[in-house]
Amino acid sequence: MRDFLDGIVRLRRGPWEMLATVLIALGVVMLMQPLFLWAYTWSFLVTLTGTVMFLVVSHFPE
Amino acid sequence: MTNSVITAAAEKTPPSVARRVRGLSDRAIAWIFVAPTIFLLLAINIFPLIWTVRLSFTDYRANRLNREVEWVGLRNYERILTDDGIWMNMQATAHFLVWTIVFQVLIGFALAYLINKKFKGNALWTTIIVLPMMLSPAVVGNFWTFLYQPQIGLINYMVEFFTGIPASSFSMLGSVELAPWSIVIVDTWMWTPFVMLICLAGLRSIPDYIYEAAEIDRASKWRQFWTITVPMVLPFLMLAVLFRGIENFKMFDLVVQLTGGGPGSVTELASINLKREAFEKWRTGYSSAYAVILFVTIFGLASIYVKALNKVKAR
Repeated sequence: MRDFLDGIVRLRRGPWEMLATVLIALGVVMLMQPLFLWAYTWSFLVTLTGTVMFLVVSHFPE
Repeated sequence: MTNSVITAAAEKTPPSVARRVRGLSDRAIAWIFVAPTIFLLLAINIFPLIWTVRLSFTDYRANRLNREVEWVGLRNYERILTDDGIWMNMQATAHFLVWTIVFQVLIGFALAYLINKKFKGNALWTTIIVLPMMLSPAVVGNFWTFLYQPQIGLINYMVEFFTGIPASSFSMLGSVELAPWSIVIVDTWMWTPFVMLICLAGLRSIPDYIYEAAEIDRASKWRQFWTITVPMVLPFLMLAVLFRGIENFKMFDLVVQLTGGGPGSVTELASINLKREAFEKWRTGYSSAYAVILFVTIFGLASIYVKALNKVKAR
């Protein structure tokens, strides 16, 4: 956990990619889940944030 | 042989053209060859993508060209993302996506594992198993519609034979409960061979000496399976899941042939609904926003899978 936070602060690719991946996965689950309409409503924003973040952070140093 | 062809081509090149080409750098010549492809890519892929994003902020209708187009901002996105009907379509897509991938991976891997064993008629069985994926989705959709017929269909007859439930008492494609599973069955039947082939490639790439070393260490077959076979096939399996996941997220033809999205809208997947909005209701701006949402989702999923694939490969 400490390494992860350290990587986030020092703008390292691994932890940021992990964060972006979690956001994308969360967005897709929110889009397709059958329980909460509010989750469906916000899903696109979450997926878009994750995808754009992924594109940007994949250029960060290892 | 190659030299003589080059010499002949050089001799036939008009002197004026030869002079001009000689004056160009290697980089310039490379650009001349690559330029048509880049131009086509921009014209066919990139420009429509940018244009779709632009249209998604308008109320443009492709069937009313003379109508003034109004800029509506994020209203199309807001309407799609608060629409109960589209939410249901997403759930239908999720049901189709999850179950087809689960069944195809399990059955595909099992078949690959069996086919990988050396036995007589191995090649013939591989060919027979692979046949469904070589058929056109339109053909598969049509003949499964016949197989699912309540009166004359083979599936209903088999269910009656094994369970005693009268064949004409239920309709696989007409029932709200059974129709989503019917399309899962057909897609699994058609695309399991694809997953099997990829798994087979993975299984055949494992060197025999690893198993021999495990035998010497007295590892059981079960242990060999979980510590050698599964980890080494995993990158291939993830590739199959990536391909099938993306393909099934935009599944259209097979399901349209089978159910047309019905009964009601229980099998109306996102892509079918999108086509209706775009080319039946002609709400081009609205459907562009819908397409952008689906595109971002697929793009995000593809990013995760590629990352996972690289990680497993590195391991």
